[in-house]
Amino acid sequence: MKRLSLIAGIAVLSAGIASAEDVMPAKVMFDDGAINASLTGMTGNPEEGAKIFMNRKLGNCLACHMNADMEEQPFHGEVGPALDGVGDRWSEAELRGIVSNSKEMFPDTIMPSFYRDTGFTRSLEKFEGKSILSAQQVEDVVAYLLTLKES
Amino acid sequence: MRTLLASVGIAALALSGAASAGEDAVLSVDGEVFVTEAAAPDHLENVDTIYSGWVFRTDETQELQLDDFDNPSFIFLDQALDTWETVDGSEGKSCASCHDDVEDFAGLKSTLPRVENGELVTLTNLVNECRTERMGAEAWKYSGADMSAMTALIAHQSRGMAMSVAIDGDAAPFFEKGKELYYTRVGQLDMACANCHEDNYGNMIRADHLSQGQTNGFPLYRLKNAKINTTHGRFKGCMSNIRATPFKEGSPEFKALELYVASRGNGLSVETPAVRN
Repeated sequence: MKRLSLIAGIAVLSAGIASAEDVMPAKVMFDDGAINASLTGMTGNPEEGAKIFMNRKLGNCLACHMNADMEEQPFHGEVGPALDGVGDRWSEAELRGIVSNSKEMFPDTIMPSFYRDTGFTRSLEKFEGKSILSAQQVEDVVAYLLTLKES
Repeated sequence: MRTLLASVGIAALALSGAASAGEDAVLSVDGEVFVTEAAAPDHLENVDTIYSGWVFRTDETQELQLDDFDNPSFIFLDQALDTWETVDGSEGKSCASCHDDVEDFAGLKSTLPRVENGELVTLTNLVNECRTERMGAEAWKYSGADMSAMTALIAHQSRGMAMSVAIDGDAAPFFEKGKELYYTRVGQLDMACANCHEDNYGNMIRADHLSQGQTNGFPLYRLKNAKINTTHGRFKGCMSNIRATPFKEGSPEFKALELYVASRGNGLSVETPAVRN
């Protein structure tokens, strides 16, 4: 009984920000800007990824990237490249690397690093030591991007 | 007669220009045409043409600046004019006691910030110096309502004049410091001013049309918060947006950045009080 409630406790925790199984931002291994293995050890959920993509407080990817798959959403940005067909142009590992820290591939990019928690200057206190997205959220976004095929 | 016809023609042109927004629209108030696009000053390395923020706004927002009766800023300027004549402090003085007419300040905003006795001073600093040293009154809060309105009223006297901020001599070290800040990435989003306002002006970032971040219209009215906004208030908002801890309003950092950013607009007309989104 005691053991069961402990397991339940762990399950609740892992639904939050980080799980003990996650590769923490500082431990992520880049290979030419790509990250070969899943940050959570599992495949992400593309439907959750789509929500994170458009959510202004999470990925807010739409702020900078046009995405025909989200035509019903107003205000697509023009700062980065359009993401139509991005799932065909990049591999899963490359997309994971670009979302996590695009500066590994494009050093001068304006794009924020979504899975990095150190090395910032004057970060607001509430974001200090935190990454923009969790490992799970990065995997969800990657899974969503892989659904964007050239048609 | 011919001259009259010609000027009527120009007025009609200006009006038809006003009806179309975008980068070809003409900003003209009471027949006075403003410079909203100019060759970049020589010290800008990565930009050839400078544009007023007015150019990037929607038709509706642009139009609010074409007629002072439509421009919501003037309510605040009227209030500042009352304050101008109101005695405050231990010396029994108002602004008007020493300065006959606020119009005498034409040409001040276009040259600020500037260095006086080795210190970089902004219009806000000058107003507070008058209040504390000559009026015996308390300093106003840097971007408080009184200060925003008063600096807008004083800056307005330079409307139509070309921005002409000095960057050499005594100003050089402040210019260099401001420039360094402009190109330094900050916050969790890890962006510098230049990432948006130099590399991406003209592009949409979600619903916002990125401008060059020019300050020739400041202090100005924003539809977003329905009040007069200062440059330091805007810098603070930008830094918070990229999840950075803002510098303090009136800090050496923001004053240096104000000098640097203002100098990037040398050649554009002062528009104070401008209207933005």
